[in-house]
Amino acid sequence: MIHPVMGTFLQAQSFLDVLYIIAFGLFIQGLRGLSGPTGAVRGNRIAAVGMLIAIIATLLNVNEGNWGLIALGIALGAAVGIPAARQVKMTAMPQMVALFNGVGGGAVFLIAWAEFRRYGSTYNVAGVPTYVAVFSVFAAIVGSVSFWGSNIAFGKLQEILPGRPISLGSAQQVVNLVLLILALAAGVDLVSGAHSELLFIGMLVCAALLGNAVVLPIGGADMPVVISMLNAFTGLSAAATGIALDNTALIVAGMIVGASGSILTNLMAVAMNRSIPSIIAGGFGGGGAVEGASGAGEHAGTVRSTSAADAAIQLAYANLVVIVPGYGMAVAQAQHAVRELAKALEARGVEVNYAIHPVAGRMPGHMNVLLAEADVPYDQLKEMEDANQEFQRTDVSLVIGANDVTNPAAKNTPSSPIYGMPILEVNESHSVIVIKRSMNPGFAGIENELYYDPKTQMLFGDAKSAVTEITADLADV
Amino acid sequence: MILASVLTTNLAILVLAGFVGFIVISKVPNTLHTPLMSGTNAIHGIVLLGGLLVVGLSGNSAFNKVILVIAIAFGTINIVGGFLVTDRMLEMFKSKPKPKPTPAEGKDAAGKGEAGGDS
Repeated sequence: MIHPVMGTFLQAQSFLDVLYIIAFGLFIQGLRGLSGPTGAVRGNRIAAVGMLIAIIATLLNVNEGNWGLIALGIALGAAVGIPAARQVKMTAMPQMVALFNGVGGGAVFLIAWAEFRRYGSTYNVAGVPTYVAVFSVFAAIVGSVSFWGSNIAFGKLQEILPGRPISLGSAQQVVNLVLLILALAAGVDLVSGAHSELLFIGMLVCAALLGNAVVLPIGGADMPVVISMLNAFTGLSAAATGIALDNTALIVAGMIVGASGSILTNLMAVAMNRSIPSIIAGGFGGGGAVEGASGAGEHAGTVRSTSAADAAIQLAYANLVVIVPGYGMAVAQAQHAVRELAKALEARGVEVNYAIHPVAGRMPGHMNVLLAEADVPYDQLKEMEDANQEFQRTDVSLVIGANDVTNPAAKNTPSSPIYGMPILEVNESHSVIVIKRSMNPGFAGIENELYYDPKTQMLFGDAKSAVTEITADLADV
Repeated sequence: MILASVLTTNLAILVLAGFVGFIVISKVPNTLHTPLMSGTNAIHGIVLLGGLLVVGLSGNSAFNKVILVIAIAFGTINIVGGFLVTDRMLEMFKSKPKPKPTPAEGKDAAGKGEAGGDS
């Protein structure tokens, strides 16, 4: 065992604080590394070292034994977390992140519940100030919402649940509001000193139902917003736990995650030109489909389809080709095939870039991860603003499984439901080839005017086989 | 009085951490947003500390111990899984060493022991 004097030193509050301060410093330094691809790996490892220091500092300060329970919990977590992180496919990353968000929220509400029980199923105990009760209740509600909401998001992304919106229609918002009020009312009652475990469980159940009710009506294309928001929720609930437990490491780390999630949520909402409340209220998928259906008949334009061989010829004689990937590329797992095509084009002296819309895919940055997995160089991945300056000098834009993010109606048709959404202006390029399974409108159910543009040719088929076919035909050009 | 000052100190930390978070995260490019999310998943695994502290306090019933072990396991999944998966992703983003034009050049470099420079 540790020498008593040494033990006292290691457990001194100021020593713990010093270790925590070192830990935050490392978290922040680590996140700063994420500002570019070169420092990012190191940044992540620096943050991991910070976490290790925070854990060791806390373990030094844990008074009563219970080491067996701690070891059991950590062993269980490692046994699940390590293989999951090693084996998950890059295409499955959105559901992985959703699941990880969920377990974080789960840990938060379980800790709040255990604390409440330890006080004797009431916050009305000497030595427990009101603010501790307030922040514990906040953590319990938000953690529970995040846990259940994330699990539903996971279920949708993993296709255990249908990806289409499942909602109660117009009653949905009323139901959400009632659940929120019930959870808050239970929370207020608990903070004011109610002595009832049942009330606490009731509050958790209301929050759980709220988490389900909020995420179930949200369709697949809105997932980037939802995942970012749940990320923010888990962070904020961890910060609240930190205030309740007077633990600065939890406050700082939780708040940083809360800030990160909030920034991403806002960026995603801006990239879809929609307000966060309107996404949470749901209904876009349903409402948009009706408008889209009525608008569909108005299109008198014709659609030109092309063959892989023709596409190969056009691409082979281009100077600059811009590839625009969307969720269709992820579904077809076509990223490696796309990279092969790009390599074949580069071997012919064609410049190839990738234009990536912020909300392409199911989570922020989803397309970038897939393309990085296929070894696409980082500097060929262009963000929307940069890409839009390039389209005018682009010979061929190759749209692979992307739809709404290329729809010129967002710029030209004020009556369109997506009017005002920033898009990738592929219609500015000299010609456009769209690889798509069929003419079915995308998630939002909106006709894409791009497909009727005389410059556009459609190549119908699965993204992976179509791209592979073009690459094969390229050899014969 | 003392309790109030603990709260105000912690709220000050909360607000400052929020500002630092906004500044640091704003500099992360769109391209790295997925690793940012999985990295922040790992960081909110810090709730593990809450589990460790509460399980170490007296007065936990058997049921409490069960839920705290689950909470500790959840926190560990976040930390271990989050950092590992982020590391895997970021490794893919790192610029790969340019393929050598000829195999002969590669051999020369290896012979001179310069190949140790890549990671």
